[in-house]
Amino acid sequence: MENEHLRPLSKVKAGETVKLTRVNAGQGLNSRLASMGLLPNVEITVVRNGHPGPFVISVKGSKMMLGRGIANKIMVL
Amino acid sequence: MKKLTVALAGNPNSGKTSVFNMVTGARQHVGNYPGVTVEKKEGKCKYDGYEITFVDLPGTYSLTAYSIEELVARNFIIEERPDVVVDIVDASNIERNLYLATQLIEMNVPLVLAFNMSDVAKQKGLVFDIEQLSGLLGAAIVPTVGNKAKGKAELLDAVVETAERGNQRHTHKVSYGDEIEEELAKIEMLVAAKEQQLAEKYGSRWLAIKLLEQDTDVNAKVHSKEVLDAVTAGTEHLRDIFGDEPEIMMADRRYGFISGACQETIKSTVESRHSTSDLIDAIVTNRIIGLPIFLMLMYLVFLLTFKIGEYPMGWLEQLFGWTGKTIAGFWSPGSESWLKSLLVDGIIGGVGGVLVFLPNILLLFLAIAFLEDTGYMARAAFIMDSIMHKIGLHGKSFIPMLIGFGCSLPAIMGTRILENRRNRLTTIMVIPLMSCGARLTIYALIIPAFFAEKWRGPMLWLIYLIGIVLAVVCAKILRLTLFKGETIPFVMELPPYRMPTPKAVAIHMWQRGWMYLRKAGTIILAISIILWVAMSYPKPSRQSLEGLNPQQVHKAKLEHSVVGRIGQAIEPVIRPLGFDWKIGTALIGATAAKEVFVSQLGIVYAVGSSDQGSQTLREKLRVNYTPLTGFCIMLFCLISTPCVATAAMTKQETNSWGWALFQFFGLGCLAYAVTFIVYQVGSFISG
Repeated sequence: MENEHLRPLSKVKAGETVKLTRVNAGQGLNSRLASMGLLPNVEITVVRNGHPGPFVISVKGSKMMLGRGIANKIMVL
Repeated sequence: MKKLTVALAGNPNSGKTSVFNMVTGARQHVGNYPGVTVEKKEGKCKYDGYEITFVDLPGTYSLTAYSIEELVARNFIIEERPDVVVDIVDASNIERNLYLATQLIEMNVPLVLAFNMSDVAKQKGLVFDIEQLSGLLGAAIVPTVGNKAKGKAELLDAVVETAERGNQRHTHKVSYGDEIEEELAKIEMLVAAKEQQLAEKYGSRWLAIKLLEQDTDVNAKVHSKEVLDAVTAGTEHLRDIFGDEPEIMMADRRYGFISGACQETIKSTVESRHSTSDLIDAIVTNRIIGLPIFLMLMYLVFLLTFKIGEYPMGWLEQLFGWTGKTIAGFWSPGSESWLKSLLVDGIIGGVGGVLVFLPNILLLFLAIAFLEDTGYMARAAFIMDSIMHKIGLHGKSFIPMLIGFGCSLPAIMGTRILENRRNRLTTIMVIPLMSCGARLTIYALIIPAFFAEKWRGPMLWLIYLIGIVLAVVCAKILRLTLFKGETIPFVMELPPYRMPTPKAVAIHMWQRGWMYLRKAGTIILAISIILWVAMSYPKPSRQSLEGLNPQQVHKAKLEHSVVGRIGQAIEPVIRPLGFDWKIGTALIGATAAKEVFVSQLGIVYAVGSSDQGSQTLREKLRVNYTPLTGFCIMLFCLISTPCVATAAMTKQETNSWGWALFQFFGLGCLAYAVTFIVYQVGSFISG
């Protein structure tokens, strides 16, 4: 899908499924997210885009909650 | 009997604890890993001629050096060399859970995989080709249902068999693809040549993998410049090719390996649909009713802990009162035996002081175990997160802080629900600022003495509010200074809801209660006895007491004791707070327990401590002090550490006297500073 451009996960509406491209964060966070399955090319479904509260996503069959700051750092397509 | 050590590894929420309970029953020992605040649970079991010790490692997703929990788990496996590692895998969520398994495979440990919650997996329509998957992963696989105690014998059979077979080199390893493997091979060779000791202990491939992942812990162990140079060159080369950190690429390959293995061996027969968990989530995390539901549940927890706890507490108090009287009855009335005083006031009083908190602790942990095991705790963190995050704490910190309004002891113990150390320490440090139940007795004495009826409610409210505001400010300051850095990436799994088993909840509760009695209890007892000595000795001479009425005798004795003398000695120091030596003496006595303040003040004013006494005491206070001093007394009692038991508990939970003393004196200084300012400004304004 060429017309879609890179955006942070925090901009994705609830119910949408997107693909992770990269995480703009330091090594520690990156590795922690990776160990929980948040890796490039993984499909993420946003269950809830919390304003202002945290974010709920579904990855590889399990639900996860992310702080908004992290959702801003995860770039998706 | 031959002995075996088995480590249990697994993701959080994989049902690791239920498997641990299943294999060990209630014969468990809870402690800490040396030097860190990470909990270590051990349990024993006899099977097939073996005595097997199970060690429950912290729940982790991975084995990196980024968190203490992961390091602890990894170091245990490397340093202690358990005979077998059992990885508890949530079979209903297999891919994510096998990630840890790939790392254990890389560590070359004799491995058994427990596919736990296999009943849930079955319901979800997952069918495993266990034999083939076991072959692909190079480890025995045993389906279990921990909370229904299914698969115990099979698991133990596999453990014994794996242990007897010993450490076989895993032929099955994750392949990282040509580019990464090339670099790994180079580093591996260098490590084997230059760092022989390390290579022998850790295995050269594992070292190479960790070095390429830029693992800080392993990196610090390697001293050979050639190895480190090769690592830097390799990392940069890979960064160039992939445009990403090697570490991420390697995690990606591990997941690739897992998904390859799963594709061949797992069949899903049912399309996943909306589960009950989603439905419950829609209600309890609802934007509008989520918070009220949470607050209501918290109210129930509070009610359970303190209101229901009141009854057993009352029974215990009666029991100790009766025991004290019975023992005192062995002496003739009015006798001055030091042994009687030691037994009745020192020991029975001290033991009673320890035991009365036991019901609170058991009930609180009953509630916590229930909230955790059902999966609601993660949602609670979710709901409170936006508020708690602002003061740099985790959503879950709210629960122990709330419990702090009842009593600091269970609250500090309750911080065990927080995984992050900095978070936990910060929460422990500010918990005493939540005005506890014992301090209420002080407010109940002071407020009616100095303030008109209509101001009494708002005054009490103000005191509690000051405590909360100070806690928020202190937490924020601590997070910015002492506990700064390591911004906790807030990523948390929301596990599916489950019904907890009574056995699991009971074991949890029992462990906490026992731990309180054994660890904190002994320190609390020792300190209470020391304080009793300080309040009873030295005694005034018999002649000086002649002709005094009983109340005056009490007063004279206290004045003459160590505590009384200290109270008099520190008068110049506390004068700027508006306090005299009488208040000083009562404050020192109150370090045993805050409510003691009232009875101590009763003694120094020689009025006794009955209801009538507290009325007369209020009159005495009104005559001797201004409302400003009254307010300052409440302020000082609110901010300073509630009691020595709190310090003992902090020592126990942080594993260090340093933090306990920091909290004790830190709060003391804060209390002094705040009271000083309030009193000085207050007296200036009122002229």
